Amino acid sequence: MTLVEFFWSYLWPLIIIVAESVFLLVVLLVGVAYIIYADRKIWAAVQLRRGPNVVGPWGLFQSFADLLKFCFKEPVIPAGANKGIFLIGPLVACVLALSAWAVIPLNAKWVIADINVGVLYIFAISSLMVYGIIMGGWASNSKYPFLSALRSAAQMVSYEVSIGFVIITVLLCAGSLNLSKIVEAQNGPYGLLNWYWLPLFPMFVIFFISALAETNRPPFDIVEAESELLAGFMVEYGSTPYIMYMLGEYTAICTMCAMGTIFFMGGWLPPVPYAPFTWVPGIIWFLIKALFLFFLFAMAKAIVPRYRYDQLMRLGWKVFLPISLAMVVIVAGVLQYWPLAYAAMK
Amino acid sequence: MIVAALFFYLFAFLCVASAFMVIASRNPVHSVLYLILAFVNASGLFMLMGAEFLAMILIVVYVGAVAVLFLFVVMMLDVDFAELKHGVLQYLPIGMLIGGIFLAELLLVVGAWSIGPGIPHVIASPIPANVTNTEAIGLVLYTKYVYFFEAAGMILLVAMIGAIVLTLHHRVRIKRQSIPEQVSRPPEMCIEIVKVRSGQGLGGSA
Repeated sequence: MTLVEFFWSYLWPLIIIVAESVFLLVVLLVGVAYIIYADRKIWAAVQLRRGPNVVGPWGLFQSFADLLKFCFKEPVIPAGANKGIFLIGPLVACVLALSAWAVIPLNAKWVIADINVGVLYIFAISSLMVYGIIMGGWASNSKYPFLSALRSAAQMVSYEVSIGFVIITVLLCAGSLNLSKIVEAQNGPYGLLNWYWLPLFPMFVIFFISALAETNRPPFDIVEAESELLAGFMVEYGSTPYIMYMLGEYTAICTMCAMGTIFFMGGWLPPVPYAPFTWVPGIIWFLIKALFLFFLFAMAKAIVPRYRYDQLMRLGWKVFLPISLAMVVIVAGVLQYWPLAYAAMK
Repeated sequence: MIVAALFFYLFAFLCVASAFMVIASRNPVHSVLYLILAFVNASGLFMLMGAEFLAMILIVVYVGAVAVLFLFVVMMLDVDFAELKHGVLQYLPIGMLIGGIFLAELLLVVGAWSIGPGIPHVIASPIPANVTNTEAIGLVLYTKYVYFFEAAGMILLVAMIGAIVLTLHHRVRIKRQSIPEQVSRPPEMCIEIVKVRSGQGLGGSA
């Protein structure tokens, strides 16, 4: 193999992939900065406050000011902490959250890795997310972080089960594990009535609530319930390690919004498949839907009181698990024995 | 192919090294974390073989669920390391025996490639190009191996019921919250709506 061949077969695709990934990461990180800003603004508006409004016009640069503040502080590692794991914890949380975006299609063909098992990849990544929290909580060698780590392990494992069943119903309807094909399967003559939120509406509700629990958002933020556990697993963290946890948390929220968009709201498809709507680029529709889901996330944070721990477990195991399990059987049965439904889903 | 080979050696080396660290590290939590690293690398090896479904399921099931609970338990144990080291000679023969059995089994598996000439053909028969990995597994799992699959499911079900029966005990005379009862309570039982004229207060009617 000559050097030229080597360049075109290995190095050039590598350069393209790296360039695409860097571009996506930069856009994603800036997006996350404004997602945090939007979260605070929505929360403030519900409580009749102003929210961040000092740094830049309308406080638009607040997240960047926070970033600089955290990065210039001194990272403090507690004397009794397990140093290696204490620092790996936030890295795991942040890197895993960002790596999920490798398979998310933002538009037709706009995806870095269009793999056949994309759904499983995202599911695997989100099941690994719990390690960042457990490692940080254990390595801090302190009472409240440890309690929080145990809570989060139980909570995230519980809600993963129901999310898994929700995803299985979507897979049954779409007939593929590829995220782009799942979106394509929702394309139909009736526009937004063809998307899976309508036929699988109960699963959409369960997915939304489980996504709140999976990302430790209020009303399920008992992992960091400040009245019981101060700041949960992040008590001992400050400066850059803390901002990495924060970044991982909000990136995971964005990932969940994107997943909800792809599974239930038709991804990049226009709501009405006719002329003026089809002119709009798919990425715009994708962003509108994902931001709508994020708005619901933020409203849930603003208006719903926090769950008690035993109620959270009850909801996950005694309510969501039986309903989603039954829905898997029902959806599979309908698709198998009612050819009309099968044809409509294809 | 050179890239695939490089990744193979990377994953294989990390897998073996972290598997060694599982038994070598002093702290049991570190052991579990190394075990997780070994799982992730094994999943990378599956991926290189083209078994992407198995790779992802390995991560979801073993790393995402089993190892989390494992870590959960190990973190809660207060293990005294000096005491653990104390009885190591006592358990050495049993450990050697188990290790010997594993070695023999591994050698048999590797040896089968030469003992039974038909077996490598069965093991390594390639998937048709137009069928995805997931589909191929589903096609044999629910047809050819359906009885084994169902038997495995029954064993897991029995184990689950056994675990629940062992741990579930209803204590009497303990206050419990009954959510259906709470939710189905009519408003009249809980709240009283009182019309209050301005300036007069409740004045003893409450």
